[in-house]
Amino acid sequence: MLGIYLSALVLLPIAALTSEAGKGGLGAFWREITSPQALAAIKLTLGVSVVVVAVNAVFGTLLAWVLVRDEFPGKRAVNALIDLPFALPTIVAGLVLLSLYGPKSPVGVNVAFTRASVALALLFVTLPFVVRSVQPVLHELDVSMEEAAASLGAGPFTTVRKIVLPNLTPAIVSGIALSFARAVGEFGSLVLITGNLPFKTEAASVYIFSQIQNENLPAAAAVSFVLLLVALAVLGALTLISRWSSKHVR
Amino acid sequence: MSASAPHLQRPAVPLALARSGKETGRRAARARRLGLRSVALGYLAVLLIGPVAMIFYRTFEHGVGAVWTALMAPNAQHAFWLSLEIAAIAVPLNTVFGIGAALLLERGRFRGRAVLGLLIDLPFAISPVVVGLTLVLVYGKTGWLGGWLTENGIQVIFSVPGMVLATAVVSLPFVARETMPVLRELGTDSEQAAATLGAGPWQTFWRVTLPAIRWGVVYGVVLTTARALGEFGAVSIVSGRIEGQTQTLPLYVQDRFENFDSTGAYAAAVVLALLAFTTLVAMNLLTRRARAREAV
Amino acid sequence: MAIEARNISKRFGTFVALDDVSVTVKDGSLTALLGPSGSGKSTLLRVIAGLETPDGGRVLIGGQEMTDAPARNRGVGFVFQHYAAFKHMTVHDNVAFGLKVRRRPKAEIEERVSELLKLVRLDGLSGRYPSQLSGGQLQRMALARALAVRPQVLLLDEPFGALDVQVRAELRGWLRRLHDEIHVTTIFVTHDQEEAMEVAEQIVVMNSGRVEQTGSPRELYENPSSEFVMSFIGPVNRIGNAYLRPHDVQIVPEYGGNTTEALVKRVVHLGFEVRVELTLPDGREISAQVTRASAHELELEEGQILTVRLPSARVFEPAPGSDAPVASGA
Repeated sequence: MLGIYLSALVLLPIAALTSEAGKGGLGAFWREITSPQALAAIKLTLGVSVVVVAVNAVFGTLLAWVLVRDEFPGKRAVNALIDLPFALPTIVAGLVLLSLYGPKSPVGVNVAFTRASVALALLFVTLPFVVRSVQPVLHELDVSMEEAAASLGAGPFTTVRKIVLPNLTPAIVSGIALSFARAVGEFGSLVLITGNLPFKTEAASVYIFSQIQNENLPAAAAVSFVLLLVALAVLGALTLISRWSSKHVR
Repeated sequence: MSASAPHLQRPAVPLALARSGKETGRRAARARRLGLRSVALGYLAVLLIGPVAMIFYRTFEHGVGAVWTALMAPNAQHAFWLSLEIAAIAVPLNTVFGIGAALLLERGRFRGRAVLGLLIDLPFAISPVVVGLTLVLVYGKTGWLGGWLTENGIQVIFSVPGMVLATAVVSLPFVARETMPVLRELGTDSEQAAATLGAGPWQTFWRVTLPAIRWGVVYGVVLTTARALGEFGAVSIVSGRIEGQTQTLPLYVQDRFENFDSTGAYAAAVVLALLAFTTLVAMNLLTRRARAREAV
Repeated sequence: MAIEARNISKRFGTFVALDDVSVTVKDGSLTALLGPSGSGKSTLLRVIAGLETPDGGRVLIGGQEMTDAPARNRGVGFVFQHYAAFKHMTVHDNVAFGLKVRRRPKAEIEERVSELLKLVRLDGLSGRYPSQLSGGQLQRMALARALAVRPQVLLLDEPFGALDVQVRAELRGWLRRLHDEIHVTTIFVTHDQEEAMEVAEQIVVMNSGRVEQTGSPRELYENPSSEFVMSFIGPVNRIGNAYLRPHDVQIVPEYGGNTTEALVKRVVHLGFEVRVELTLPDGREISAQVTRASAHELELEEGQILTVRLPSARVFEPAPGSDAPVASGA
């Protein structure tokens, strides 16, 4: 029973996509994804996602640190807010960013229709992933390890570098993987603020959408398949990370 | 320094700094902590809090009356109820599926568990537009099942059933993912005890397993509902976006914006944002509750 | 109900948990399955309960074939090492569970639950949740729960393993008294030989998936059939091929007739008994066990030289067809 549900919802559609993408053979597939507009979209998506993910690694870990180790009034509220980009509909996220950083910006910052807007939207929607991935690990991290390091003479920075970070690495990498998957596939938040300008601010997902509107299914399917491969790669990486860490961390 | 055992002293500040003078050490540590805190909170203010606050301001800039009128518009109403209706179907389906899948993955012994897990996680990792496309490829008129569906007069794509389907796909993983660790932690002991006490499999599930995992399930349901109500990309492709008929609230927001009705767009967006906040509150309460019950 | 396990075999992957094991338990008796980790004792218990299916062999309960019967149809009560409490139910509902599942009338359930709670001394705690109980209380609740449905057989899997030493001792005596009162056929699994000796009427000693010996505590202690059983059931001195109990080492006042010298290496005061670690002239180390009174009388102290007599020890020879040593000497 579960099998039928799963097949109808996931298995069959994925198979159909693979079939559609490969319909014209490998050559046609290659041509579709290397067509100028498609290529530009893919490059933009991958490029910005990498940058976004790197920023998340740093700030996400920092946020997790502050939320776990620090105390200040309103911390609980801040902690709850971290999940907002996850709970908020993507179209609303786009609108929200537009209101502060768009044409009518009260602070005079207008990134609408620029590549920066793509980065901004992706940073917004991927905010929770690294934070939530690192938090529980940091929470559980044996403080006595750090105390031991201190008693052996290690300064605070060394302790962080040699004791804390290595233990956090699997969690950070997991968070990065999840962020990347989300960033690469993001759609709703980009629609309003980026202007969807081909070759300039059109992300892969938006390209796929417009191709579907134009009833050009092969083109849409080809680029979709690329995104599918990225998603599978991310899921594979996550499985490997969790297997590695369950072997080495106790 | 005295030769007392280091493990008996628990310095509030790393010893290396303590040696250089307690006062400067503590001040430095405090400065560091404040610095980190400001950077972190600053990042949040710029990226998250600022924009969200802004949208509430923008919406109510012209008074509550205008917002109310916008929300009372027939298309807005229809979009709202349609979103709820779709969620009301998709969420229970995914809940039943999620619990079943979690039981299968945690309690079952069969090959291909990894594949099953992968299929369940896939909708989470994949772009919603891709989801929309794949559904069109299967259930659309020219899709794999298109012929059979048209023959039997069933329309999936460009109508509500398709939207329910799309919503169900993108919100598929949550109940399963949240229930699995709880099941794992529960262990099989109490289920075996129930068996020895004479309970059949259904009785054991209903009286022992389900109550024990309920907070995980509820948390998963909250996430599923949030995702279902807010879904945009997949539903956008699958719906045809016909005003008053196949527009969910998120689609309505886009529609209003593109028609330069910013009040209408912001009003609907605020409703969705409030729903999101409710989700946040629920998530927060549930995590704390689950942790409190963790004793024993 | 008598229990019979015949030729039970069970393996997990390549690990052989049980190898052609046969055990008979008399109706109304209190039997212990004793052995080290991995000996198969828990697996055997679970096979009897129906929580594991054996690869081969048969299980009979009360003369009836139960090999293929699911756990819920075997009429067995099972108590787990870690209590397996239904954490979301009160103590009352935990104990009532088996009766509720059988849809017994409410009045009957209430009566039975309060009867049992009184029996296990938990009356007054019926409204509490498992998280509010101590380990000992949880195990008593688990027992009440298992007994609520009047099982024909009571099976306990290392029931006191997770408890403090004192609580363990208390519950041991308590289990014995309970059995005297209720007379339900009981089998419990333990790796603690002291526990088995103290509580059980019959002990089945297991090792590496096989039964080493079955008998009363006294029989096993006085007539162990193999070196394994002798070493497991009590302390031993190994002298070459022979085995000698520490309390059989005699400290005699003077030389003559089969005595030898020994150097006192260490005197350990273990409360009611005193263990004396001795070094023999040839360098071998043995230990002797004396009462406090004797130790005091002999004025034992480190470095002292004593005369000891080592009565003929038990020698085990490999039984024909196997390489496990088996009793032969006196």
